Amino acid sequence: MSVIAVFEAIAAAAVERWGARLLTMVGADERPRDNRFRLYYTFELPSGGGFVTLVCPLGPEEANFPSVTPRLPAANWYEREVRDLLGLEPEGHPDPRRLVLHENWPPGVYPLRKDFPGGSRPERTAGDFPFLRVQGDGVMEIPVGPIHAGIIEPGHFRLSAVGELIIHLETRLFFTHRGLEKEAEGRPLDRGVFLAERACGVCALSHATAYAQAVECLSGVEAPPRARFIRTIALELERLYNHIGDVGNICAGTGLHFGTSQGARLKEELQRLNDAVFGHRFLRGVAVPGGVGADLDAERIALIKQTVDRVEGEFEELVEVLMASDSFLDRLRGTGRLAPETARDLGVVGVAARASGIDRDARRDHPYAAYAELDFSVPVRTAGDVEARLQVRVEEALQSFRLIRRALAGLPPGPVRLELNRVAPYKTAIGIVESPRGDNVHWLMSGPGETIFRYRIRSASYANWPAVPFAVAGNIVPDFPLINKSFELCYACLDR
Amino acid sequence: MWEMMMKKILKTGRVTVPIPFPAPALGKADGEVACTAALPREHMPALDGGAEREPAPGTRRTPGRSLHIRHLDAGSCNACDWELNALLNPVYDLQRFGADIVASPRHADMVVVTGPVTRNLHDAVLRTVEAAPRPCLVAAVGDCACGSGPFRDSYATAGSVDRVLPVHARIPGCPPRPEDIIRGILLAVPAAPPAAHQR
Repeated sequence: MSVIAVFEAIAAAAVERWGARLLTMVGADERPRDNRFRLYYTFELPSGGGFVTLVCPLGPEEANFPSVTPRLPAANWYEREVRDLLGLEPEGHPDPRRLVLHENWPPGVYPLRKDFPGGSRPERTAGDFPFLRVQGDGVMEIPVGPIHAGIIEPGHFRLSAVGELIIHLETRLFFTHRGLEKEAEGRPLDRGVFLAERACGVCALSHATAYAQAVECLSGVEAPPRARFIRTIALELERLYNHIGDVGNICAGTGLHFGTSQGARLKEELQRLNDAVFGHRFLRGVAVPGGVGADLDAERIALIKQTVDRVEGEFEELVEVLMASDSFLDRLRGTGRLAPETARDLGVVGVAARASGIDRDARRDHPYAAYAELDFSVPVRTAGDVEARLQVRVEEALQSFRLIRRALAGLPPGPVRLELNRVAPYKTAIGIVESPRGDNVHWLMSGPGETIFRYRIRSASYANWPAVPFAVAGNIVPDFPLINKSFELCYACLDR
Repeated sequence: MWEMMMKKILKTGRVTVPIPFPAPALGKADGEVACTAALPREHMPALDGGAEREPAPGTRRTPGRSLHIRHLDAGSCNACDWELNALLNPVYDLQRFGADIVASPRHADMVVVTGPVTRNLHDAVLRTVEAAPRPCLVAAVGDCACGSGPFRDSYATAGSVDRVLPVHARIPGCPPRPEDIIRGILLAVPAAPPAAHQR
């Protein structure tokens, strides 16, 4: 039996019998290397079992492979992406429509193939996207976006509603697809971090750190202890400004402007701290392959400590007021429920997973930076509604304040950056970091001359966007923005 | 609950920061302004490329100080978007300058564009600006929109906003800081200096 024939059975067995979770899937055009395409399905094994990757090689003329999506729903978007960008068709995939490239892109042209010159811009084509149509008495179709009424990223939502009740939501995304992965190809390995931290603004540091970790893995070095602690402090500062801002945004979704303003001003304090200590409000330039870009002196350490102590007190006061507001809590309770089974089947990660009973956190399960040396707990809730996602964020933020203080207290001496070793071509590595939204997984393959051959970013938003329609169905239209804000997923992280 | 809220509001007090116009000179010679902001244009080219209706005599050719701004994300990474969002927070308080963010291009005097204009957003970008009544300014915020971002040569983008629209103000940065965005937006409008509006 050929590899391809058994491939789908092995992938399904990994999940059904070993309890594995699909972590990411990457397609690569390796024809310059050995005249093959390859698909890499990486699974995360439970209870610290590590990772296993199933590799499916395809000959240069083969354009099909058996889709695993019918048995592993979590593989859905990954396989469609491989179809769009590499022209490899997942046979038996339930969804034949384009995902990443929209109708303006001509058929038969695959930008991630090595024979597609980077920067080439084919003529625009026209067409229609076949949205699922819900038919029946009184069913209305409400199209929203891609340009939205507020200051928010672009995405299209097709709501099918009867009166105010949403029967079905279809999302259409990838409007901010910028071709980042193609741009990365051919760049020196140590320069890829500049692109990694521009995949997204609010996850910039977790992307940069995941990339740096992948390069360090390829290079066989580990960032020095002081750098790992500094990364931890900065990563928790990123988590804090996101979570506190997100609490404010959830208040905006309910019209509680007091909460929005308080959340926004605390977020602003934390971003100013980032600027003062690390030189960038979004922490770009902090994580680099080999360590961190700059050291922390006593003055900066004191500033972090002061600010964190003060913001913690203010945040606790804010949460106290919010939890005393019955009308606010009434909006959140029972709204936008994501069932635990759905979250599991789709491979949901991060805050959304932990709010639906799935106990996973890359900081604890696959420790990186200094997390193995620091004490912290991971909050889990089972209600799966907007309230649960708020509660998980509040508790994580309180943990983050403590983590930062412990990391500052335990900051070891030493260098903050090490030289990388030479990297042979066609080696692969993964870097995983728990961003404020969930785990970001960076898959990297080196090329000749210490360059990037293939780079795939699977952000937390990539894993979670497919679950949003399930949380929205059955709710009323005015709750849709609130439910979206409770997930607070990035579009740019997904689209790249 | 509302007593708790009032207590917290009073305890927080006023957090708005003054924005100096022009920016404090960063080690530059006297008279030179180190402002990262706008390069305003003298004239307003017709945005639709066609013949413009002849305005009534005395009609202003440019918007005034009460600037209503529509944000248009043309594919940014969201850093510039979040900094624009910050303009409405109590610290930067854009509204004290008489400017505001509006929900529709139909209400806009200025469209602020972030991102390098991705292929998938090309039509939406053009339609949004077409919908804005004239006169309307276009500001490009961030390196991507200004044409110096890392995706300017990608297959998936147009490269910069000015390949698709006329641009009246450029505010570079990755992302530019909120105070620089405010300066850039307000300096794009040739009217009374904004400093007069700060207490």
